[in-house]
Amino acid sequence: MITIMLTTSLSLFALSIAIALYRIIRGPSMPDRAVGLDMIAVNLVSGIAVFSILLQTKVFLDVILILGILAWIGTIAFTKFIERGSIVEYKRDR
Amino acid sequence: MNISAIDEFVAAFIILVGSMMSFLSAVGIIRFPDVYTRAHAATKSSTLAVLLTLSGVFLYFWLNESLISVRLLLGIIFVFITAPVSGHLILRAAYRSNVKLTETTSEDELKSALENKNNDE
Repeated sequence: MITIMLTTSLSLFALSIAIALYRIIRGPSMPDRAVGLDMIAVNLVSGIAVFSILLQTKVFLDVILILGILAWIGTIAFTKFIERGSIVEYKRDR
Repeated sequence: MNISAIDEFVAAFIILVGSMMSFLSAVGIIRFPDVYTRAHAATKSSTLAVLLTLSGVFLYFWLNESLISVRLLLGIIFVFITAPVSGHLILRAAYRSNVKLTETTSEDELKSALENKNNDE
């Protein structure tokens, strides 16, 4: 019973990651891709947490914390890049 | 069904609800028309989904193995603080880089506010 529920939630997370991947490939603008990458990181964190229950181990709980911090820094770097690039184009227009 | 099985069932049920929230936000990210509404779906319900899931895992390890995992608590607090911040940064970058709003938008309050600020200076 528990295993069936956990496997179902794991496959739902995998489906969400696949949909976010579609948005990254298809997305019309760069912030769309940033949204997709952020969503992949969040779903990956949840998936690892469920996986650590399925495997009956605690060592993956470190991975959750590190992956959360790295994904946040990556998203912030990406938005900085988007914003600064647009400022350069804005000066070129004038 | 003894006590331990009920504990496991409650934790797994919370995790299942969290994964359903995540799937709903994925549906939102594929169906909404522009980046602002998509980020609305992606940040709010994804935050709820990851909070529910990590709380379920924390509950499972607490009730089953009587382990209060401080790392997991730190992860929950960290995600709860940083997910709205990253959503706000993405949307600010999108507005500054002139991403178009969808055609059904009725009002753009930030545009008139920015124009008023420029006129004052």
